[in-house]
Amino acid sequence: MTSSDSSLQLNHTPGHVKHSGHNLTGFVIFLCSESIIFLAFFAGFTIFKLTSPEWLPPGVDGLDIKMPLINTIVLVSSSFVAYFAERYLHKGNLWGFRIVWLITMLMGAYFVYGQYVEWSNLEFGLGSGVFGGTFYLLTGFHGLHVITGIGLMGLMLYHSFRPGNYDKGDMGVTAVSLFWHFVDVIWIILFVLIYVWQRY
Amino acid sequence: MTSTNFDPRILKAPHPVPGAPDNWKRFLSFNTDAKVIGIQYIATSLLFLLVGGLLAMIVRGELITPPADLVDPTVYNGLYTMHGTVMLFLFLFPVLNGLNNLLIPTMIGAPDMAFPRLNAAAFWLVPVFAVLLMASFFIPGGPAQAGWWSYPPMSIQNPLGHFINGEQLWLLAVALSGISSIFGAINFVTTIVRMRAPGMGFFKMPLYCWTAWGAQTIQLIGLPALTGGAIMLLFDLSFGTSFFRPEGGGDPVLYQHFFWFYSHPAVYVMVLPVFGIFSEVFTCYARKPLFGYKFVALASFGIVFLSLIVWVHHMFYTGTPNWMRILFMFTTMTIAVPTGVKVFAWVATLWGGKLRLTTPMLFCLGGLLNFIFAGITGVMLGTVPIDIHVGNTYFVVAHFHYVIFNAIVLGVFAAVYHWFPKFTGHMYYEGLGKLHFVLTFVGCTLNWLPLHWAGLLGMPRRVASYDPEFAIWNVIASIGAFILGVAAIPFILNMVSSWARGPKSPPNPWGAIGLEWLLPSPPPAENFEDDVPTVINNPYGYGLGEPQVADEDFYIRRAQEA
Ligand code: HEM
Ligand SMILES: [Cu+2]
Repeated sequence: MTSSDSSLQLNHTPGHVKHSGHNLTGFVIFLCSESIIFLAFFAGFTIFKLTSPEWLPPGVDGLDIKMPLINTIVLVSSSFVAYFAERYLHKGNLWGFRIVWLITMLMGAYFVYGQYVEWSNLEFGLGSGVFGGTFYLLTGFHGLHVITGIGLMGLMLYHSFRPGNYDKGDMGVTAVSLFWHFVDVIWIILFVLIYVWQRY
Repeated sequence: MTSTNFDPRILKAPHPVPGAPDNWKRFLSFNTDAKVIGIQYIATSLLFLLVGGLLAMIVRGELITPPADLVDPTVYNGLYTMHGTVMLFLFLFPVLNGLNNLLIPTMIGAPDMAFPRLNAAAFWLVPVFAVLLMASFFIPGGPAQAGWWSYPPMSIQNPLGHFINGEQLWLLAVALSGISSIFGAINFVTTIVRMRAPGMGFFKMPLYCWTAWGAQTIQLIGLPALTGGAIMLLFDLSFGTSFFRPEGGGDPVLYQHFFWFYSHPAVYVMVLPVFGIFSEVFTCYARKPLFGYKFVALASFGIVFLSLIVWVHHMFYTGTPNWMRILFMFTTMTIAVPTGVKVFAWVATLWGGKLRLTTPMLFCLGGLLNFIFAGITGVMLGTVPIDIHVGNTYFVVAHFHYVIFNAIVLGVFAAVYHWFPKFTGHMYYEGLGKLHFVLTFVGCTLNWLPLHWAGLLGMPRRVASYDPEFAIWNVIASIGAFILGVAAIPFILNMVSSWARGPKSPPNPWGAIGLEWLLPSPPPAENFEDDVPTVINNPYGYGLGEPQVADEDFYIRRAQEA
């Protein structure tokens, strides 16, 4: 039983430092909860798309899929890159970790840039019916998560230069890469809903 | 267990959190000790019970006569909206989080919550959104008026056209409250799952922890859905989208789904911990083991699951297709099963027990009686034809106040009295407590029992003026409400004077079973510190002579000598 082993440790370490091991549990709970906001938005999108009498605003005949597809490929591969960065860290290769981690961040930044270019070339806005509203809401809310993820990765990179940073384990890096995979999975669902589904 | 006369472990003095001021000032600071945060939550929320109560007094004052003479109808809309919002988001949720903070770590033998700083942050968000919400009384156009559920299209009208308006502040406050609750929930669940004392498997855990765990699970699943809906509503109100505007292709009913997907289970976020309180208090003052402990524990999660699939019963009369109505009528009825298990277990526990009628016991007995009554009217409301008839009448108002005030708030009062000596170190005054109970019970019964009839006769809710045929019910209700207002006086007097000058409390004044009662009153900052007891039995062995923990004598002596 998980309870007894963690509590046994409690008995012998003083003060508040003793429960840092729960951070990952807490973070996973947070991610599960966060995914439900996206679920709510996805449900809203699906219902609107199925029931709305006029889905596309006048003058708009769908979204171009090429640019978002490239973005998807970049973001999905960045998840694998992040995984390799973590592997380097576990093997104790600190510079390997830093460089590959930085590559992950750059791929994330490219994604945000691509999103920006797409947004600025669209001929509809937030107020263009439920289509415009849900499009910007979903991509914007997801984009915020990507930006947060890049920020958190930057923080981890910065921490990696602190002496003795990994003495108590590398929970922070594990949590951030978990977050990154989460952002990635959300994007895949989002991509299918918004871009792929419009063709059918 | 053996215990020699001298045990060196007893000499270890409890040490306070380094750097934390040790007097009352710590209650005004960003303190990370769960016991300080718990009291911060409870004190703040009781203050807002007064605010929400005051708003209710004005509402009842208006309703004592049929015409709208005290306030005009627009002001009236703002009053009941803010009353409901304050009561839920600034009183009930915070007060329960306060109890969680006090009880969960001490009951499971943890030194603190899993994330103490996140915990403090969650608390300090409360005053922030309280100020936002209160500020809406003072801006042009006044506070939100669309009711506590904030349905569009009412809620996205913004008649004055100001960017900052009451409804917007309302939405921001509710969003911050959601963030605070999520922070809290992550903390409570992690603490319960990861930090229990050695030997405390899930089936040796106190029922309060089971129910709090269930309630916080609902928060984690349900709140994000409401947040999603609230974000969309805010965009509609302030940034020109039309998610819920029919004229722009939107769908106002979708908001209702988002809202009730959370807000029906939210009732169980509030009532589940009170079920836990009932289980703790009934066993303690009836001196009997809890009947069917395992079933009562598991029923908590039965309720969690079912509560997530019944939300459409709130939408029976708002254009819901018939198949959906029947489906959700059926799921709604099933929730009576796990709830019934609990009620049956309490009655069986009380049956034939020698009841000690202390203040907390009286509040719980009153609360249970009212809860059973509310359960009956609840099943009536879950029936589609009845609901279509009485939905949006005072029958609904009477039903949900029976749940929320007459059962939940009474249970909360019971908890405040029951654990008051533990966490303040002082006994409360029993006489004042009983006076508080009598006034509360009489007041709440007079207030809401007659309104069931007004509702059945067709008196609509959310109106400032009504047909004179309903006058008699409303006069009685208002008298009841004013008695409730008076009931606040002995309560406040009791809390303040007994904390300041009340007799010192021993570690276990009620002879109760539970890890928290093995601690000194008040417990030291780190609770059991390095000597966490090993749990060997479930906490309801009243009259069985089974100790709950190994080496119990040692802990009892240590608490007494502290
Ligand atoms: C102090 C005793 C209380 C009195 C006298 C009182 C009275 C009222 C009245 C007259 C209404 C208006 C009903 C309507 O027209 O629809 C109302 C609404 C409401 N009350 Fe209370 N109430 C009390 C305590 C509470 C408590 C403790 C809670 C919750 C914790 C609560 C939650 C609500 C809610 C959610 C509404 C609905 C507001 C709306 O329609 O938007 N009340 N109350
Ligand atoms: Cu409901």
